[in-house]
Amino acid sequence: MMSEFGRFTHAVVRAIPRSLATEALRTGSPEELDLSRVQQEYELYVSVLKQRLGLEVLELPADEALPDCVFVEDAAVVCGDTALITRLGAESRRNETEAMKDALTKLGLNIVEMTDESATLEGGDVLFTGREFFVGLSKRTNQRGAEILADTFKDYAVSTVPVQDYLHLKCFCSMAGPDLIAIGSSEVAQKALKIMQQMSDHKYDKLTVPDDLAANCIYMNLPGKGDVLLHSTPEEFPESVKVFERLKDHMLIPVPNQEKAKVDGSLTCCSVLVCKNSV
Amino acid sequence: MTTEVGSETDVKKEPEKAPEVQHQTDPVQTDQPDKPADSDAQPVASAAQPEESRSAEPESPQEESSSPDPSSPPATGGQKKKEKGISRFLPPWLKRQKSQSQDQASESAEQPQSPSLKEEEEESEPKHQPDGAGAAPSSEKTEEVKEEKEEKEVKEEKEVKEEKEESRPEEVKEEENEKEEEKSVGSADTQPVREEKEAESEVKEGEEKEREEEKKEEEQVIQQETSVLSPLRLNKKMKMVVCHVTLLDGSQFSCEVEKRAKGQYLFFEVCEHLNLIEKDYFGLSFKDNAEQRCWLDPTKEIKRQIRNSQWQFAFSVKFYPPDPSQLTEDITRYLLCLQLRQDIASGRLPCSFVTHALLGSYSLQAELGDHDPEEHRLDYISDFQFAPNQTKELEEKVVELHKSHRGMTPAQADAQFLENAKKLSMYGVDLHHAKDSEAVDIMLGVCANGLLIYKDRLRINRFAWPKILKISYKRSNFYIKIRPGEAEQFESTVGFKLPNHRAAKRVWKVCVEHHTFFRLMSPENPTKSKFLTLGSKFRYSGRTQAQTRQASSLIDRPAPYFQRTSSKRISRSLDGAPMVNVSDYSHAVDSALTAGAGENGPALELNSDSKSKLRVQGENIYVRHSNLMLEDLDKTQEDVLKHQASISELKRSFMEATPEPRPSQWDKRLTGSPATTLRLQAQGSTEVKPEVNGQPEVVEVVEETVVIEEVIKTKPKSPAPETPVTVETEVKEERSLSSDSESEEEAEYHAQTPSASISVQQIEEEPEEEQEAGLIQQAPPSVVESQPITEAEPAAPSAEEEQATAQPEEEECTDKDDAPNGHAHAAEAPPPLRAVEEEPPVVNGSVSRVEAELLPQVICCSEPPVVKTEMVTISDTFAAQKTEISTKEVPIVHTETKTITYEAAQLDGNGDGEPGVLMTAQTITSESLCTTTTTHITKTLKGGLSETRIEKRIVITGDSDIDHDQALAQAIKEAKEQHPDMSVTRVVVHKETELAEDED
Repeated sequence: MMSEFGRFTHAVVRAIPRSLATEALRTGSPEELDLSRVQQEYELYVSVLKQRLGLEVLELPADEALPDCVFVEDAAVVCGDTALITRLGAESRRNETEAMKDALTKLGLNIVEMTDESATLEGGDVLFTGREFFVGLSKRTNQRGAEILADTFKDYAVSTVPVQDYLHLKCFCSMAGPDLIAIGSSEVAQKALKIMQQMSDHKYDKLTVPDDLAANCIYMNLPGKGDVLLHSTPEEFPESVKVFERLKDHMLIPVPNQEKAKVDGSLTCCSVLVCKNSV
Repeated sequence: MTTEVGSETDVKKEPEKAPEVQHQTDPVQTDQPDKPADSDAQPVASAAQPEESRSAEPESPQEESSSPDPSSPPATGGQKKKEKGISRFLPPWLKRQKSQSQDQASESAEQPQSPSLKEEEEESEPKHQPDGAGAAPSSEKTEEVKEEKEEKEVKEEKEVKEEKEESRPEEVKEEENEKEEEKSVGSADTQPVREEKEAESEVKEGEEKEREEEKKEEEQVIQQETSVLSPLRLNKKMKMVVCHVTLLDGSQFSCEVEKRAKGQYLFFEVCEHLNLIEKDYFGLSFKDNAEQRCWLDPTKEIKRQIRNSQWQFAFSVKFYPPDPSQLTEDITRYLLCLQLRQDIASGRLPCSFVTHALLGSYSLQAELGDHDPEEHRLDYISDFQFAPNQTKELEEKVVELHKSHRGMTPAQADAQFLENAKKLSMYGVDLHHAKDSEAVDIMLGVCANGLLIYKDRLRINRFAWPKILKISYKRSNFYIKIRPGEAEQFESTVGFKLPNHRAAKRVWKVCVEHHTFFRLMSPENPTKSKFLTLGSKFRYSGRTQAQTRQASSLIDRPAPYFQRTSSKRISRSLDGAPMVNVSDYSHAVDSALTAGAGENGPALELNSDSKSKLRVQGENIYVRHSNLMLEDLDKTQEDVLKHQASISELKRSFMEATPEPRPSQWDKRLTGSPATTLRLQAQGSTEVKPEVNGQPEVVEVVEETVVIEEVIKTKPKSPAPETPVTVETEVKEERSLSSDSESEEEAEYHAQTPSASISVQQIEEEPEEEQEAGLIQQAPPSVVESQPITEAEPAAPSAEEEQATAQPEEEECTDKDDAPNGHAHAAEAPPPLRAVEEEPPVVNGSVSRVEAELLPQVICCSEPPVVKTEMVTISDTFAAQKTEISTKEVPIVHTETKTITYEAAQLDGNGDGEPGVLMTAQTITSESLCTTTTTHITKTLKGGLSETRIEKRIVITGDSDIDHDQALAQAIKEAKEQHPDMSVTRVVVHKETELAEDED
């Protein structure tokens, strides 16, 4: 199980609707969104996955009715050959799952749907370490949603972590390698990390970066490429990037995310990674 | 324990020599096979008796008489036997109570024994003498190391027995008495012990031995013993019982076991049958009345644990090795696989579809070998159960994967199976239903690394062993005390509500065992508390994982051949549910060694020690080796300080939480329950002020709470301030109650981690009382106080008794009221008692007011009407019993009340007059079937001196038959013995006599 952590063959992404600029949900101040820049970031992101890393990228068409649909991560949690289609906490986004479900079905995954009306879960609150799940309890994800996730992925321990201040758990943390958790420096982030450490039987290494948002990165372990890490750019978080650069063994790929960040978009948000070889 | 030991030996012998006595699963039925063969059984008893014999009372004749009666008498006889040892010390009335309880409750099983008892007696006698004389010496030498342990056990056993005996009616005692006498006559106390030891060794019950062996490689010794005994065996007869054990492959293993055999005997038999060497990961379990799985304690008699249930057991994995690849032998891995297959098929170990398929495919590979397209069609696996809900889809997947394992040997397949299974999040997690403080349903999961808390399927918290300072249970509550985090000032205590007392205790035990097995290098030695020991003595007595790994590394045998049986059987077994149904399991007295005093002393003394030891019912304290705990956490001094500060907090919380009045006792009275209660109580101001010095080591005793504390840290830093120690009188009561009741077991847990770098010395576990004692001792040195430790013990008891009995109600003193005030009551202080005052030099002059602590100890003897209740059961979970033991007859009771107060003359001086700073206050309540002990410990800092006062209230409840006075005297005596450094300042005897029309 563990040795395959970070191994992916496919990525599901979704194109950016124009409505993103005006109607996207956001927690921060209503900054002007440059749609063209968002588009650029998106295209670069996809090209990295496709060209640079050789993943098979499945691009879902944008839906103007779903301004946030580019953030596909929230619509599904994929682990092994099972995909949990979530029930998003944001009502306006609930329909995002339809296209996702179809796509993942095509990939041959076992689909589990979260039908419980009382449950909400967004993928941005789900941190899979390779050994276990941490589910952030946020405004978008509740206990029931976490329970269903636990029922779906029975092999793994599922621990809940309260999320404060941020939209999602992964707004300030992510996996930067096997057993390596990238974590922001803020009090909130550190507190969450402590909880995760306490809840786990396993001792994780941590990679602390000065900027919380920079802690959201994408780790992959690809045949022929080894450890790959997609992280924020020096333009956005110069200090944090210096930390990433200490990961000598990783193939480091800075990916810009500045514009998407205005609408709470992060690197992990924009794709659902799948490994079709897994058992 | 002794009895058990003896029994074990007997058992072994019997099978060889006297098969006649085969007993059915029901102990009762087996009774009569006595004859010469019975002798085996007797030896056990005898072993126990010898101790008793010291005090031996001339009751033997009676016992004999009782024994003849197959029906009812037998049971009583058995009880009597047990009680004998204790009975000596205990007042007659106590004895009766016990006997009743025993007889009625659990002893149904024992009844058959009555005949056996006689037999046992006979047998025991011969054995004792021979063993003691000839065999004993040799064995002793070799077993020296073992002896200590054994002695302890023996002591405990004795105690138990005594208790039982006491409880039993005098009539019933006959057998026991005889035995006792014999024992006493035959050999000195020491001899009996030896005998027992020998017997044990002979029996090879040997877990203990094995342990020892491991260490010492004493196999030789065993042989010697056995050889010695062998001749004896011929003569002995034992009552045998057939045990049915469901093995992991679903098959049944049956073997005959002497009725009084300990769990380890059966366990060894099973392991031998399985050819299993790495057996420490396994155990035998049975189901209690509530269908809850209970682990058979190897150190206790089986009979007492299963109670009325059938002798049905399941052999299963108790400690799931986190890394099965480190197991030495394939056969061990195979058995682990079988267990896991069961766990998976039953749903206990949840896993995903893919994992079900993968694990199933390894199972097929291991059992069927390579997939054979011709032979193995799809339906070839339909008989296997891979998952709780097995679908065709799953089966297809299993087959598909099975094909991919071509060439894999069974052992490899098992290894692969385990490699995948061990990663499952619920692997090795023992789940228990509970509720949190807000009554929300949760699950407690005990595993190798600590305690996991689940809500539904979510892990909502986790407490790694290093984070846990104490584990305790009280009634149906289970508590863990958590080490403060980096940013936290105080330790916190988390409580959980279990469905019932038993469940709470079960979780506690599992925690203690897992902690010891996985966390420690070696099991902790039994506590050597010279003072009161509270709560359960239960400790994990087997090897730890570290030890078993070391041992298995020495395994030098060709890989044993074993046949892998089809998992089909497993599925059947699951369906068929031959699962063991054992009703309650009462724990015999814990094998754990009781007070340390016993350890050192000769066998004879052991008894006395045991008596002296206080057992607080239901209080179980599991003290972790602080060092171990600290391993992960490096504490700075600041942390320590914080820790200390937090201690006070904890105390507070405990104070608030714990000490609840024992309704049960009073209820009994109200209901007219026959038992008399002795209560020694310390009435002190309850206020708890934050400790100044914060000696963290103060023991916190909570009723039935088990606390794991690490005292060590605090000591070093303990601020100087507390120097002087004042000693208060302590009255301790023993619980003569049922020996079985585990709840009463002492809780002290010394984790000795030899391997651990920490010096043993540092490891002070704080049995609550012990700690105090320690404190007292410690403090004095610096300031040699003129504490007149006048101990009027010897005289006092007698005097008190007399007075108590003799003094009419007139003499009633308002003990309680007076006490608070400076102990000024000079009641008719018995000459012997002298109050030692603490005159703490006022050094600090801390003005803070110390609440008046009631120094006086009140001993109340109330004699409720004689109601025939089956009051005392020798069951572990007395709580449960209590509830069960509803009084059937509620007699109208007229009550006479007498109160007598004895005070030491000097007491007054100190009294409340001096303001002091209350450092700590603790209230400990313990319950036994017929006695309730409330201990209030107060530490006050006066001037530069610290004063520790222990007030005990002992309520003895018993029939008129019980000699309350004697019991009281004994209690006082014991108290003194336990706290030699303390002086008794005040004794208040409050006697309530209920005149019931019904008298037994």
